[in-house]
Amino acid sequence: MTVTDDATPTPPPVPAPEVAPSAETVTMKIWRGDPEGGEFTDYVMPAIEGEVVLDVIHRVQATDAPDLACRWNCKAGKCGSCSAEINGKPRLMCMTRMDTLPEGAPVTVAPMKTFPIIRDLVTDVSFNYEVAKTIPAFKPGPEPEGGYRMAQVDVERGQEFRKCIECFMCQDVCHVIRDHEENKPKYAGPRFFIRFAELEMHPLDVNDRRELARSGAGLGMCNITKCCTEVCPEHIKITDNAIIPMKERVVDAHYDPVAWLGRKILRRTKKTAEEASAG
Amino acid sequence: MSSTASTVDYQTHDYDVIIIGAGGSGLRAAIEAKERGLRVALVCKSLLGKAHTVMAEGGMAAAMGHVWPEDNWKVHFRDTMRGGKMLNNWRMAQIHAMEAPERVFELERWGALFDRTADGRITQRDFGGHRYARLAHVGDRTGLELIRTLQQKVVSMGTDVFMECKILKLLPDSEGRISGAVGYMRPTGETVLFTAKAFILATGSIGKSWTYTSNSWESVGDGHAMAIWAGADVIDMECVQFHPTGMVWPLSVRGILVTEGVRGDGGVLRNSEGKRFMFDYIADMFKAETAKTEEEADRWYEDHINNGRTPDLLPRDEVARAINSEVKAGRGTPHGGVYLDIASRRTPEYIRRRLPSMYHQFMELAGVDITAGPMEVGPTCHYMMGGVRVDAETQAATVPGLFAIGEVSGGMHGANRLGGNSLSDLIVFGRRAGIGAADYAEGRAGSPSIDAAEVQSVIDEAFAPFGRQGGDNPYDVQHELQQTMQSLVGIIRTGPELEEALGKLEDLKGRVSKLSVKGGKAYNPGWNLATDLPSMITTSIAVAQGALNRKESRGGHTREDYPGPDPEMGKVNFVQHQTGEKGYLAPIEINPEPLPEMPPELRELLEEAH
Repeated sequence: MTVTDDATPTPPPVPAPEVAPSAETVTMKIWRGDPEGGEFTDYVMPAIEGEVVLDVIHRVQATDAPDLACRWNCKAGKCGSCSAEINGKPRLMCMTRMDTLPEGAPVTVAPMKTFPIIRDLVTDVSFNYEVAKTIPAFKPGPEPEGGYRMAQVDVERGQEFRKCIECFMCQDVCHVIRDHEENKPKYAGPRFFIRFAELEMHPLDVNDRRELARSGAGLGMCNITKCCTEVCPEHIKITDNAIIPMKERVVDAHYDPVAWLGRKILRRTKKTAEEASAG
Repeated sequence: MSSTASTVDYQTHDYDVIIIGAGGSGLRAAIEAKERGLRVALVCKSLLGKAHTVMAEGGMAAAMGHVWPEDNWKVHFRDTMRGGKMLNNWRMAQIHAMEAPERVFELERWGALFDRTADGRITQRDFGGHRYARLAHVGDRTGLELIRTLQQKVVSMGTDVFMECKILKLLPDSEGRISGAVGYMRPTGETVLFTAKAFILATGSIGKSWTYTSNSWESVGDGHAMAIWAGADVIDMECVQFHPTGMVWPLSVRGILVTEGVRGDGGVLRNSEGKRFMFDYIADMFKAETAKTEEEADRWYEDHINNGRTPDLLPRDEVARAINSEVKAGRGTPHGGVYLDIASRRTPEYIRRRLPSMYHQFMELAGVDITAGPMEVGPTCHYMMGGVRVDAETQAATVPGLFAIGEVSGGMHGANRLGGNSLSDLIVFGRRAGIGAADYAEGRAGSPSIDAAEVQSVIDEAFAPFGRQGGDNPYDVQHELQQTMQSLVGIIRTGPELEEALGKLEDLKGRVSKLSVKGGKAYNPGWNLATDLPSMITTSIAVAQGALNRKESRGGHTREDYPGPDPEMGKVNFVQHQTGEKGYLAPIEINPEPLPEMPPELRELLEEAH
């Protein structure tokens, strides 16, 4: 996957930095701006062994630009706060070592493109929190005497999706919404397709969200280019293990005449989309 | 809206119960209060789901007895009290041990997917200080599972959440009941007043005041400080936990946590000579239950009944001090830590399955393959045992209308917290605080009222750095504060150094009151830090004062000039609070007060072998 196009305009010329670039320095081209617009600004910083991009951003904040906005929390790849587009590619700033980037070349750090700018590297990701509200909650079947029992092999399928740290880089890179704002109201995006899959494959859940995934969440709009899988910092096989199986299940539920007849005749174990939406 | 005018507009929101902080305990409290049909809001400084709870790796301790049927709440209570060096609030430790299993089962009913035993039940992992394998877990990302499960439950209930909102101060009504909280929205800098009948503090830790810490920027002690400024008591502020295993190299990742689960799953500590040095550091209190030889320790993983536990899994304070001593004695690694070795003891497949995030953390940040070679680790500031003095049953603070849970509360963990007891603390006391605050809110008549002039003065103070010229850069002051706490109020303390620290903090206090910041109000980290520094100053002073007064070594508090425990000191909490003048510039009083007396039937449990 490459996101070389238009994350933000081509960096314009910048004023001469105070520290002259050399082997001992690194040039950070950081996008600065707000909803009205912005530009890349160069910061030349001393290079320090073992640092990640976020370390350098922090040093820029502590010295040249205390008002440089960026989100971060755990600094260990566990919270998914510091997503940005580093040299055009969505990455976690805290898990991107400087020594893995091309030596001697400037490092470009831009905000995620799919979401509206708040300031500098911080974007308004509320789209994701709104989508989360529309997915019917987990609902377990009756609890047997002595508690639920589940096999490790069965919980592992859901566990893969629950590794998601909500960095929203899969949403950022998904071209269905990256270049098409108009699709957002009808498309939940990869992060929430794995949520659908997780609930669908949960051994205890009894809600059926397949129709909702098809109609409300726009699962069919995904044409499985696997961009999401490639950027996932948790290495979740979003396309192969969540989206494709969900597409199959949705098709089974929606179009398969045998399955349709079966639903009419046999007792359902899962609720319909309408019932699930209602709670 | 002008940054310096004295009539800044602010939004107002009114609720029955407001929870400040949306980590595990805040979310759990919100669920409980919301289920009562009350108007509930969560206010959090980051995005929902990013709180420090996600960093918890190893698991949550609950005596479910799924792996060792011999386990029960009494053993868990005993382990917790002994781990806390008996400074714990016994009733909190008892409630915690009794209620934790039900809280874990409840998470499963809300969708959590824990790792399983062969017969399909929730499995449990060994951890330091726990007699039996007791930690329900999901690989090494249990905190993420906890927060996501609770977050999804909270969202499904339609709870209002105010994200990226920093609360500056709590305000009382004319009768002294906490009734308001003033803050600002970080994305815009807009000011906001929340009014409510009850407030729950769930603000987490204070660890950002040290240089090497596992804590994020959020852990500046907002809740501890706001409670002190509101006149509430805090206890045990000297009891700060340095986790024995943080990363030490590269420097940029120094302090990042390495889960105790590595040792729970078979990893051992070695010094530069390859020796398993923990056998040299077994305190008398733990001799009876700890293995004497490496062979016995290795047998223990399979047979807990007939063998002593490996000393690698002594409580965290013991292990952290041992590592400190080894490094001081010149037996450390090139980067000033010790080796944590699981590669020579478990298969690569096992390590990757049990410890996937540790594997990636070391591979990606340090270029170290933990399935092939040892990790370098050393102590890192990790957890705050001390905090707001609360009622064990309801988590009510000593000022009306205020409740505190999780790391911002004190008492549950005494002088040292056992690994795994934090996540269970969050859900046990999160629920209880939700009930306590809901009861209080329902019983409180009328609408909460706040003096508008007080709101205005909080706002003016917050914006003042924009109008000042020539003051310090907040980052410079934070850096000096961290250096002070790291070098003078760290893992090993002395009286003269603590006094020196208090002198430096006094100086920093003055500089905080004169900070200058650049830029605008919208998402400005420099200004945000300027508004965090008063909390950092207050909590740092309280830690140093507590440490100066506790003239003994106990749990997370170690005095080189008083190297052993003092039985008399073990009978008191150091209680700190402000009377009269309040705020970060005002002094904090400190007094010893007797611990609550434990009933004899519980005291007997402590004496039994297991």
